[in-house]
Amino acid sequence: MSTVALITARGLFGRRRALLLLPLPLLLVGLAAICRAYGVSPDMWGTAVIVGLGTSVVLPVVALIVGTGVLGSEIDDGTIVHILTKPLPRRDIILAKYAVAASVTAVTTAVPLYLTGLLAGSAKLGAALAVAAVVGALAYSALFLLFSLVSRRPVLLGLVYILVWEGLLGNFVSGTKILSVGQYVATIADKMAPTTIIESSVGLTTALAMSAIFVVLGTIFAINRLGSFSLAGETS
Amino acid sequence: MTTQTLQAETKAPTSGVVELSTVSRWYGNVVAVNDISMTLNPGVTGLLGPNGAGKTTVLHMMAGFLAPSKGAVTIDGKPTWRNPAVYRDLGLVTERESVHGYLTAGQFVTACAKMQKLPDPAAAARRALEQVEMTGAADRRIETFSKGMRQRTRVAAALVHEPRVLLLDEPFNGMDPRQRMHMMELLHRLGDNGHTILFSSHILEEVEQVAGLVQVIVAGRLAASGDYRRIRRLMTNRPHVFAVRSSDDRRLAVALIAEKSVAGIEIEATGMTVRAADYGNFTRVLPRIALDQGIRLQQVVPSDESLESVFSYLLEG
Repeated sequence: MSTVALITARGLFGRRRALLLLPLPLLLVGLAAICRAYGVSPDMWGTAVIVGLGTSVVLPVVALIVGTGVLGSEIDDGTIVHILTKPLPRRDIILAKYAVAASVTAVTTAVPLYLTGLLAGSAKLGAALAVAAVVGALAYSALFLLFSLVSRRPVLLGLVYILVWEGLLGNFVSGTKILSVGQYVATIADKMAPTTIIESSVGLTTALAMSAIFVVLGTIFAINRLGSFSLAGETS
Repeated sequence: MTTQTLQAETKAPTSGVVELSTVSRWYGNVVAVNDISMTLNPGVTGLLGPNGAGKTTVLHMMAGFLAPSKGAVTIDGKPTWRNPAVYRDLGLVTERESVHGYLTAGQFVTACAKMQKLPDPAAAARRALEQVEMTGAADRRIETFSKGMRQRTRVAAALVHEPRVLLLDEPFNGMDPRQRMHMMELLHRLGDNGHTILFSSHILEEVEQVAGLVQVIVAGRLAASGDYRRIRRLMTNRPHVFAVRSSDDRRLAVALIAEKSVAGIEIEATGMTVRAADYGNFTRVLPRIALDQGIRLQQVVPSDESLESVFSYLLEG
């Protein structure tokens, strides 16, 4: 593990905001467990819990907290300077941070989604959701890492993307679905384990290809932006 | 507006030479740095100027954290912008006090050594912490440190790879006198060892104690550059204005106007304003005259002592 990745990971878990990662996954599994315990049919609660909460809230929000936490918070408090004043290719810095963000997000979301899928139907559904969550974690992390470099308010920008672009527009304007990571996640899960719970709206190939494009373009742009990172003058 | 440029004695350019050639930087319509050229050689140089003059902008351009809008910034001939390789020879201590507080000083400096890809990071970190006398606190988390200790830790981090060039932005800000003296000694030592050290400051006395050479920046322009003592003389020889009140202003005025060091006097209801041509002579002469005349001085206040006026005088010169 590179030093940059180590510092990033310590920074992520050393801050209080790491605690924000816990409640959402716990809520997800908790709700599914309660429904299951009371013997409610998964047809009644599956969509609401898995899609309504799981893939369209827990996954993107965890990705946002982590994705902006690995870089945005260092830019915010100025500690990024200590990493940037080293003769490291900017590519290595972005890739290290991306690796931390994507893997932390993947673990934090794939595990609860697997359990939820298991409770709602079968191990197959659980596995499909876990794989979809990993793909989603990869794509979202690249996007939110880039947001940290294009805006001083990456969390706000990320929330707009999740709530407005994916949440609001995705329901009314079908064209936005092609640029919506949430749709790729739903598609991958649905194609791997077809159920009535999840509905997919784009093709599997499209979903996988677009996820890859998010990852590649997101990191390339992020590397380029980091290369031109400027410090604001602080002559007061 | 003419610029006074006092040429410093130039040493043979060895390594660690920072060069700005006709560098400007603007933000929209605001010009922060205007056509500055300077060469920094090994030794300690002070970057002096009032707040908002553009010192930080200059430092950030030198450190590769800001693109010059015009001109070129190089270290040993290599551009600093979009060129991470320069950090092998460059250390930067920013004004903003930002550290990974959850790391201990030792961990932090070692991490910096590792990112510099040094062969023995632990030994390099120990050496750097020793240089700033922080060895005793190496195992404490940085967030428990005082301001001065944090500053020294950051200097150790910037020094761990023994860069030829070290840039420090307002390193003495917020330090107590002892910490200040310690930092000054450290900069001296590094300069004597052949490092190129540039530190910014808006306080004349700080620069006086550390740097033989100064670059003075006023309103984004290079107002003076060269030997500190010559610039200091220029600054002290400028006309000064004093607000004086005494037991008998008129009689004092008559006596003062005969003095060469006095350029003009205005008498007002509340006292008088004396324009002195020569600060040193006037301040010596005034009490003597008052004593001879049996006049009691009630108030002598230099009315344009702010640093800004000193700097603007340099620009006018």
